[in-house]
Amino acid sequence: MARNPVTWMGVPTFPKAAQEALGDSQLRSNLRHATHTIRDKRAAAVGEVPDWERLRRAGEAIKDETLAHLDTYLQKLEAAVTSRGGVVHWARDAAEANAIVLKLARAAGADEVVKVKSMATAEIGLNEALEEGGVTAIETDLAELIVQLGNDRPSHILVPAIHRNRSEVREIFRNQMPEAPADLSSEPKALAEAARRHLRKKFLSAKVAVSGANFAVADTGSIMVVESEGNGRMCLTLPQTLITVMGIEKLVPTSRDLEVFLQLLPRSSTAERMNPYTSMWTGVTPGDGPQEFHLILLDNGRTATLSDPVGRQALRCIRCSACLNVCPVYERTGGQSYGSVYPGPIGAILTPQLVDDPHDKQAASLPFASSLCGACFEVCPVRIDIPEVLTHLRARAVAEKSKMSPEALAMSAMATMFADPRKYALAQRAGAAAAKLAPSGSVSRLPFPGSRWTATRDMPMPATESFRTWWKTNRKDSDE
Amino acid sequence: MSDARTAILHRVRDALSDRPMAGDIPRDYDLHRDYPDLLELAQERIADYKADVRRVSPAQVGTEITAALARRGAARVIAPPGLPTDWRTPEVTWLDDTPLGLDELDAADAVVTGCAVTIAETGTIVLDAGPTQGRRALTLVPDYHLCVIEAHQVVATVPEALARLDTTRPLTFISGPSATSDIELDRVEGVHGPRTLDVLLIES
Ligand code: SF4
Repeated sequence: MARNPVTWMGVPTFPKAAQEALGDSQLRSNLRHATHTIRDKRAAAVGEVPDWERLRRAGEAIKDETLAHLDTYLQKLEAAVTSRGGVVHWARDAAEANAIVLKLARAAGADEVVKVKSMATAEIGLNEALEEGGVTAIETDLAELIVQLGNDRPSHILVPAIHRNRSEVREIFRNQMPEAPADLSSEPKALAEAARRHLRKKFLSAKVAVSGANFAVADTGSIMVVESEGNGRMCLTLPQTLITVMGIEKLVPTSRDLEVFLQLLPRSSTAERMNPYTSMWTGVTPGDGPQEFHLILLDNGRTATLSDPVGRQALRCIRCSACLNVCPVYERTGGQSYGSVYPGPIGAILTPQLVDDPHDKQAASLPFASSLCGACFEVCPVRIDIPEVLTHLRARAVAEKSKMSPEALAMSAMATMFADPRKYALAQRAGAAAAKLAPSGSVSRLPFPGSRWTATRDMPMPATESFRTWWKTNRKDSDE
Repeated sequence: MSDARTAILHRVRDALSDRPMAGDIPRDYDLHRDYPDLLELAQERIADYKADVRRVSPAQVGTEITAALARRGAARVIAPPGLPTDWRTPEVTWLDDTPLGLDELDAADAVVTGCAVTIAETGTIVLDAGPTQGRRALTLVPDYHLCVIEAHQVVATVPEALARLDTTRPLTFISGPSATSDIELDRVEGVHGPRTLDVLLIES
């Protein structure tokens, strides 16, 4: 079987990558600013909603219902989309999905497609696959455009270029946008204007657009995309052909269910009462929008995830990114350390399950990229018990290894340590002390049981403070 | 590709062989909430997104439309097919969607529309491509959107709005003008969608 591109090729495992990221103080201060800003705003947006907990319970139950009868709902969706003039395709893996998109783009006579930001197409490495087939994919979301033009990797689900500051963005635009003015300033307003000019012609002339889907309604075949900039509306409205790539878990049974998610998603994600634009379409509408619509239903590890009774709850995820913004590990290491399109707490549980390959060391290291503080569960709008899945996957990762390998011993030592708060705190305090003695910031030896881990690798230890100590202080700050 | 279809459905059934039971979906969240003045709430919440929102009496609509278009310097204005005649004020040139080509939409100064429903709590205007709104491209390409909302179209909550909508029509939910926060989380209005959104709320 071909490698699942959900993890990036040639990047180190989490502990190694995290160690490097921790040395980058610019990155850490960017991230700290970003995560704290969104976190505080989100708390206010959620605090406004008196029935938030009831909405969360409903969201959880709707997604569980969908997953429990996924075969039925998928077939309903297929029938509804087809009866409205759309065409449904099924793709077992990334290669299959990419091949379908490429074939459709070629059939439409396009050597260029405009894209709405989408996790599913990032997950399958669509842009690279299209490029190989001679079709250029143009990211139209500002952050994705910054990542694309900068030849970079995304670092956040919602704001993929969060690790870049304005002067870096300006440099990228000046080097990569032929029409960018020589005196382009680093004001976000000027940069957004440059992006607008750069993309305008593309929107007005593109024949084919590719999008993901936030939600699909099984009984009507309606698809919903949530966004801010209007680039989504441009892509979903102007080109003749629209191709939507959607994970098979992205549906809800009825259109009524949208009343729950349209409340949960924007407040959890951008901390707004509502995101600026939401588009919804059902098949093809004569005279309005694309006249050819293709929906690609993507598995790529989702059925494997579904088969695990504990791990399957990760498929409830609506990709709001709230869990990233509260995660002390994410805040310090940044999204790229996770080596996957899905960073942060959700990435730590989703990526290894989607990859579903015990030999993928990078994916296997991810369930250990957490301090199990539980903040991710508290903010998750669909109540995914991320800490529960993390411990479950740790146990699984350990069990996959032979008992005698140093890897297994290290993993199990880490698992014991992380699972027991007292031992964890002790080891971390020891680590912090060690960090003081090691000015390079890298800790290569830890006391037992951490020593089992550091015997085979360096331990990434953040400065002199444990995540828990840090978290406590931090929580106090935000309460003030 | 039917192979893939069979395989995926097969895998799904295999994966669910433990027959997980999903409980009932609790719908005890609020469908409606009472507010003393819905229009006031709508005005405040839409304005929160940096849109200009004014409350007007039914008799004033024509003058207010003229004034708003003049303030923004809009002379060539797109009219959806069912725009009420008293909204088509004589001071500007109206472009009927015959349909218009993309470059004609791009060259227009503004579009004036009605709406299907407006959600006061979230400050969201919903267009459903009805006669007062037209196809989706009309409110997307021009840089300025003036939306006229009638009092009876305003509801309090998201569930109330969805209950009123036919979700199989092409829908656009608009909450303020186009915006991005992608650079250092600094909010910038106007990226690709209309840079300016003005709203007139007609009191009943
Ligand atoms: S796991 Fe929950 S909090 Fe994290 S992105 Fe998914 S839905 Fe949001």
